[in-house]
Amino acid sequence: MNYSASLTNVATVEEHASIAISARGLVKRFGAVPAVNGIDLEVRRGMIFAILGPNGAGKTTLMRMLATLTAPDEGAAAVMGHDLIAEPHAVRSVIAMTGQFASLDEDLTGRENLLLLARLWGFRGREAKARADDLLAAFDLSDAASRQVKSYSGGMRRRLDIAASLVVTPGVLFLDEPTTGLDPNARQGVWRMIRDLAEAGVTILLTTQYLEEADQLADRIAVLNRGCKIAEGSSRELKTAIGSGFLHVVIADPARLDEAARVLEACLGGSPRHGAEGAELSIIARQPAEANAALSALLAKGIKLSSFSMGSPSLEEVFFALTGSDVETDAGDKA
Amino acid sequence: MNDTGSIATPVAPFATVKKPPSPSALSNALVFGWRAVLKFRHVPEQLFDLVMTPIMFTLLFTFVFGGALAGSPREYLHFFLPGILVQTVVFNAVYSGMGLSADLGKGLFDRFRSLPVWSLAPFAGLMVGDVLRHLIAATIILSIGLILGYRPDAGVLGVLAAFALLVAIGFGMGWVFMLLGLLIRTPTTVMTLGFTFLFPLVFASNTMVAPATMPGWLRAFVEVNPVSLMTTAIRGLMNGGASLGDVALALVAPVVLTALIAPTILWLYRRQ
Repeated sequence: MNYSASLTNVATVEEHASIAISARGLVKRFGAVPAVNGIDLEVRRGMIFAILGPNGAGKTTLMRMLATLTAPDEGAAAVMGHDLIAEPHAVRSVIAMTGQFASLDEDLTGRENLLLLARLWGFRGREAKARADDLLAAFDLSDAASRQVKSYSGGMRRRLDIAASLVVTPGVLFLDEPTTGLDPNARQGVWRMIRDLAEAGVTILLTTQYLEEADQLADRIAVLNRGCKIAEGSSRELKTAIGSGFLHVVIADPARLDEAARVLEACLGGSPRHGAEGAELSIIARQPAEANAALSALLAKGIKLSSFSMGSPSLEEVFFALTGSDVETDAGDKA
Repeated sequence: MNDTGSIATPVAPFATVKKPPSPSALSNALVFGWRAVLKFRHVPEQLFDLVMTPIMFTLLFTFVFGGALAGSPREYLHFFLPGILVQTVVFNAVYSGMGLSADLGKGLFDRFRSLPVWSLAPFAGLMVGDVLRHLIAATIILSIGLILGYRPDAGVLGVLAAFALLVAIGFGMGWVFMLLGLLIRTPTTVMTLGFTFLFPLVFASNTMVAPATMPGWLRAFVEVNPVSLMTTAIRGLMNGGASLGDVALALVAPVVLTALIAPTILWLYRRQ
């Protein structure tokens, strides 16, 4: 495979051993439509790597390919040194995946779910029971161990689902949107758990739609849009590239919107993004002082604002900054 | 219940736990079979679904139509009970397809497929569950038959042989609905399609009445209908008079279905 040849060219053996996931030119089409359209990825061991993107960007498809659940149409990849296509069984023995939808048996109890997996991994009798109970205790589920999973709350399900991925410590843990649908408290809990795991040496590849989540957790972030990687770097690198501060203004008189856009452009550089609400504009402002100057300029022209705010960019704004166009989603519900 | 997501001191689970020696394919399959048994314990109402219809059919046909059809309810029961067992097992097969469809819809199989286990073990587990389901349902129906006065002329051995054949029939029919379950992600659609296909097959057979009074074209169908062949064999085994040929004919459909559909399912599942 020419992929392994190119790998030896770029990486010494030592570097090779420190790489958890390396992928070259992964492509997956559903019909004629490419869900993933030629993605390269390199994830170092022990790292938390986030794949950030809107619905339909190809995050889940990319992750499913790396977890051996979907065969790529083109490209090659290795996980912990095992070739994805040639040795899927070896890859499966070093990974674990927690899908977007709880992959638990709702009819069974929490303990039975873990026992089932422990036995499938090859733990026997008492060993399997001990492993299940350890995990239940560590994930604060001992009290609920004998209840059917269908009675669990969203946060408890997520915890059990992640616990189910840790029956045997994986080399790489795939987490597909680990906090989607969780309340803020439960989300904090999952974040803490992810950090603890990374500290214990587990490489974590997670997908998320939340910029904040990637920012909080990840050592490195890849931004996906329509099947392509449009940016990659540490949170700080991306912020430097994109601008960490965004100024949002809502113009009181929509007739003067274009004029206001020109003023902002003149003060801050770059073109402002028009918000969904009509008279709303947002633009990168690297410093609060710059934002202040821009606001003063608007007021000096007599352009009244009904509101303004300064904050971190939303995922939509990141996409606008990176691609110059708005996020296109299939359903439009998260746009 | 505590839902703050607070995690107790994360020591044990995050300490590296190594993979034990790989279990055998058989052991994997047995674990999935154990899952099927647990399902019975936690969802006993599924048994209710399985046996309620056949129980009602037995009572209804025996006491309402039995006298008219066979002279007396007791005589009719003698004819009908082996048939209702076939119907029970064939209808049961639909439920395994529904279960598979529900499992796939929830992403549970994604976890199974990302484990280093024999990739067909989950299906073997479903089969274990099916066999248990067929045996439990058939035992319940037979018990009710015995209470109502059914007596198998062929005795215990005949009944045991009939049960073995029933399991084989259920096994063969099960593939049809597993295929539907694999292709259709809505369990209720699997059920609707399943019953749409099964109702004519079960009713246009010799399960409830002898085909002697049916019009010629229908009789031609009834005589080659696999459900009729199965019923003839089961009836022969339980009431006496079964030939090896009857049993062989009854096994044609299950064997053909297994040979055709099982590889298709495995191919689809591996490709997905």
